[in-house]
Amino acid sequence: MKFQQIDEYAARLRPETKAAVHGGSKAGHEKRTKVLFDHYIDPDQLRKIAGEIKQHVVENLDTYLPAVEAKLRANGVHVHWAATAEAANQAVYSILQARGAKRMVKAKTMVSEETELGRFLEERGIECVETDLGEFIVQIDGDHPSHIVKPIIHKNRREIATSFERHGLGAYNDDPETITRRARVHLRHKYLEADVGLTGANFVVAESGRLVLVTNEGNSRFCLAATKCHIAMVGIEKILPKDRDLGLLLNLLARSGTGQQLTVYTEFIAGPRGPAQPDGPEEMHVVFVDNGRTDVLASECRDILRCIRCGACLNVCPVYRQASGHAYRSVYPGPVGAVLSPLLAGERFPAMADLPKASSLCGACNEVCPVNIPIPDLLLRLREKGKREGSEAAAAGTPAMGGWAVMASQPFAWKAALAGGRIMNLLPTKYVPVAALQAWQSRRTLPTWRGGAFRSWLHDRRKERAGSGSAAS
Amino acid sequence: MSNDREAILGRVRQALAPLPKRAEAPDWERELVVMRNARGAVDAAALFTERLKLVNGTPISSLAELVALFVSSGWRRGYCDPALAARLRPAFPPEIVFESDFDRTRVDDYQFGITAAVGAIAETGTVILNDAATSRRLAALAPWVHVAVVPRSRIHIDLPEAVAALGSDPNIIWCTGPSKTADVEGILIEGVHGPGVQIALLVD
Repeated sequence: MKFQQIDEYAARLRPETKAAVHGGSKAGHEKRTKVLFDHYIDPDQLRKIAGEIKQHVVENLDTYLPAVEAKLRANGVHVHWAATAEAANQAVYSILQARGAKRMVKAKTMVSEETELGRFLEERGIECVETDLGEFIVQIDGDHPSHIVKPIIHKNRREIATSFERHGLGAYNDDPETITRRARVHLRHKYLEADVGLTGANFVVAESGRLVLVTNEGNSRFCLAATKCHIAMVGIEKILPKDRDLGLLLNLLARSGTGQQLTVYTEFIAGPRGPAQPDGPEEMHVVFVDNGRTDVLASECRDILRCIRCGACLNVCPVYRQASGHAYRSVYPGPVGAVLSPLLAGERFPAMADLPKASSLCGACNEVCPVNIPIPDLLLRLREKGKREGSEAAAAGTPAMGGWAVMASQPFAWKAALAGGRIMNLLPTKYVPVAALQAWQSRRTLPTWRGGAFRSWLHDRRKERAGSGSAAS
Repeated sequence: MSNDREAILGRVRQALAPLPKRAEAPDWERELVVMRNARGAVDAAALFTERLKLVNGTPISSLAELVALFVSSGWRRGYCDPALAARLRPAFPPEIVFESDFDRTRVDDYQFGITAAVGAIAETGTVILNDAATSRRLAALAPWVHVAVVPRSRIHIDLPEAVAALGSDPNIIWCTGPSKTADVEGILIEGVHGPGVQIALLVD
């Protein structure tokens, strides 16, 4: 039997990486739970309502998108639309060209990871520097993030120190504080030299046209304090109806993502800098990116578009903890990735159709989701889609069920198999040379095979009832 | 790209057309999102002070205390919002230098930045800066020490109240303690790109 790709990946993972991912995600989950339940009387009620708000947005995007566009324009923001990854990259590049910009600093945007903007711009001679510490390390290593909010959860300090040394950021030193200081010194000059700052947006409010950005390091703030032009790449699903909704969603985002009551920096951007302010962008652009999202909206899995990218479902997921983020072969790992990545893959869906099976359907992802996405249901729908479309990737690791189906649909074959199973009672199963079976039986005893007993009990009981029934009448 | 606009909106409409009915926005009470131990709090300044300490920030309630901290920490040169300098300068010893401009070509020369906050949030220990009230975005971010001068009368008790008071400034930022990261092995390090010391000076 073939294994699923994710199992093969997990089996190859180095023990120290596995330990780092397991420890990091477990700690993240425990912090989240403690903070939410310490702070609120009924955190589940918050999640439920936040989910309803986002579902409302998703199902009314046809009115929200034009509304938010109008508001942004009124705020002095240039609005662009990009149907594909290529179009999104091109839109950003055109803005840079128009300004003669050569250098860009970038605070984490997952959309730009989707579109591979960094590579696109580097090929066109634009310097594009990641500024989040983890993202910066990923960039100098030519690696990929493995977690939505902890991009280098898979790396240890020794690997990072080696990368810094190779990148000319000082002699080998694996003290986390030294690593952070060196990044501080290196990156602040990158901000100040840059022409353009690129960010994503955690939320865009339809009512006010505010973009909301959260970080802990202050990197997105530095992008917006040092550069003269701000470009935000925003997925079309990022809208919230009202400012008031931020009171709910911000409280959930930080607690779910990092176990904080609030991230260190929460920035509300409603246009270019104010008239009295010497620092910051005098020009602002928002690029709304589709890149497969309208396909998701048309599918029976549109609920996944509620996602606010907190990473709580990764932290709690037993599969993610064993496999780490790269095992999901896409920008979005973990349970959310298992739903979103195959959907965003478009025509490559069959090749990604194994991901929805990377779950035991334990439901923990749904229980921690700040917008209450029914991830296990969506995974099941995608499993069915994979099966329907005959995906080979989806079939890997699944035992052939054809023989079972024949047996279970023929009463005669079923009865014969049940009776024949009694032979199990005579077999010395303890001595079967299968390690797992022996280990299991070292502490347990197999029950006696009683195949068919229920059927004969039911048969007898029916007869009995029929008998007593006729006597009464 | 205007084609992309029509394409995207067309696809959105097409995707939503088959829905028999659309999900409605729920009603919710603001009480729902107020932290249980901030409910019924009345002394906003006291709550703010307590909460700022929890996020490793430094609340300071008198100018003398701030001056003593500067002297003992050896902070000698930095930026001070000229509008605040008139009030603060006389309390500081002459060897501590206040610059009235923030020169971005000498960003590492500034050990501290003193700027005005437009308000604060008690529940979370947050100071609020905006483009109108805070003279320089960079001065509040790049130096190792940031002092936000917070009027006591402008402390919002909780997050929903602060959201309601966002107003029309094009750039508002909530700062909750020093800049920090846990990217390297989950170990907390403060002072990443922004200040390692976040002070709030409460004034009347």
